[in-house]
Amino acid sequence: MSGKLSENKKAERKLGWLLCAPAALVMVLVTAYPIGYSIWLSLQRYDLRFPDERKFIGLENYATVLTNEFWWTAFGVTMLITVVTVAVELVLGMGLALIMHRTLVGRGIVRTAALIPYGIVTVVAAFSWRYAWTPGTGYLANLFGDGAPLTERASSLAIIMLAEIWKTTPFMALLLMAGLALVPEDLLKAASTDGATAWQRFTKVMLPVMKPAILVALLFRTLDAFRVFDNIYVLTAGGNETSSVSMLAYNNLIRGLNLGIGSTMSVLIFLTVAVIAFVFVKLFGTAAPGSDDGERR
Amino acid sequence: MADTTTRAKLRWGLLDVIVVVFALVPVLWIASLSFKTPATLTDGRFWPREWTLDNYRSIFDTDQFVRALVNSIGIALIATLVAVVLGAMAAYAISRLDFPGKKLLVGVSLLIAMFPQVSLVSPLFEIERQLGLFDTWPGLILPYITFALPLAIYTLSAFFKQIPWDLEKAAKMDGATQGQAFRRVIAPLAAPGLFTTAILVFIFCWNDFLFAITLTSTERARTVPVALSFFTGESQFEDPTGAICAAAVVITVPIIAFVLFFQRRIVSGLTSGAVKG
Repeated sequence: MSGKLSENKKAERKLGWLLCAPAALVMVLVTAYPIGYSIWLSLQRYDLRFPDERKFIGLENYATVLTNEFWWTAFGVTMLITVVTVAVELVLGMGLALIMHRTLVGRGIVRTAALIPYGIVTVVAAFSWRYAWTPGTGYLANLFGDGAPLTERASSLAIIMLAEIWKTTPFMALLLMAGLALVPEDLLKAASTDGATAWQRFTKVMLPVMKPAILVALLFRTLDAFRVFDNIYVLTAGGNETSSVSMLAYNNLIRGLNLGIGSTMSVLIFLTVAVIAFVFVKLFGTAAPGSDDGERR
Repeated sequence: MADTTTRAKLRWGLLDVIVVVFALVPVLWIASLSFKTPATLTDGRFWPREWTLDNYRSIFDTDQFVRALVNSIGIALIATLVAVVLGAMAAYAISRLDFPGKKLLVGVSLLIAMFPQVSLVSPLFEIERQLGLFDTWPGLILPYITFALPLAIYTLSAFFKQIPWDLEKAAKMDGATQGQAFRRVIAPLAAPGLFTTAILVFIFCWNDFLFAITLTSTERARTVPVALSFFTGESQFEDPTGAICAAAVVITVPIIAFVLFFQRRIVSGLTSGAVKG
């Protein structure tokens, strides 16, 4: 009997591996190998315009990038965009989640409308914002007097952030709404009978229950915001020092055909993201995704 | 009491309106631009004074947009199909079977979901150039599958966990193997989840810009979001604004249709997949 059981167990394992193998294989082939290759390229001088000068130069590329002011400007821009947009989105997203979750009228309409920015192609949304702020064409262009907002650095950055926030707040709100759904209604009622104000109910009852959902939403959005590319490409093409690190890596690679420097930037971006993820996972503690055994909630 | 509920309803209604306006204005704006005539395009008004369909006619006249549209649809459909099939297999194993390495797979796919895609762009560019995949459909489909798989696996395993598995047991009792139980009993029950996941994955592929702009160089594989950013008028003196907006509307309509029809499912798919790791 026990022999039969372990036979079953073996068959189950085999089927498990078999079913997962294709997905795992694709993911590893398309990510792991290129990452290794990227690290290898980052240690070389390799410019497609001068392929004969390819040679191994150790960490020289890293020194070049890390002492380059364009890199640090782009890094600062990316950090600024990440911090500002995620902070604003958290507040707006929480409000939106509360509306979607608790509104007495038109819940379906609100949820559908809120999903539209999420579904819209980022490039399309970016064009919409670009034309909105283009002098002569746009309905917003003269909002702050004359001038072309997308040709000045501060206003360009503000518009990039506005476009990001518009597009991704709904995503944040959806994740937060899933957390809101976990708040027990009885608990809210009890708090309310005990004389808790709406604000107290929010901070003392809802927020603690929602903590895992909030952290997940923050993590996903932070990493996503750090990769900002489409919006900047369409809105300013990186002009007036509004390039993000992704733009800079793209420019070096595709425009400059400098694989060595482009790969170095890729590796540096990867390291930064890894640090951000690590900090978040430390904050998560046991609430980290995948840390439990897959039991539902 | 009745008075307070009416007032509460009014207050919520007002908030609803703010949300809807906030969400729709940029969309309506680009649609409005696409219907403006060249003469009124730069009048700065929100609504068109004169309506025209010329912008739509012009984009379907040029090869540039039609080719990009075909590429976009083909690439997104194939990537969605493959990602959902592979994702479903893995998600079934994760939610139902016990085997070593399960946690590793879940962890790795989470890592990939959070991965900075731009870090892959430079090595993929070089590798695809050497393999001859650069500027081809498979050259885009592969990265799309990779980045859609974590989403598919998470969403689908969440769905699979809600399926009544006693049915599977009953099927096996009747002599079906585990594989047959999966195909005949569970797959039909899982269809709504598969469908939702397919929509989410399709939106993801349809939306991508970074891979499409780095891994393509001609009309062979260039997708619409990239084609949009390269749009020029028929002559260099023509302003492409109207054409860009018309093309933007064309690629937005399918997504809005999906969202309208499947709002409830999309919400449940996103939240079950993302919050629950």
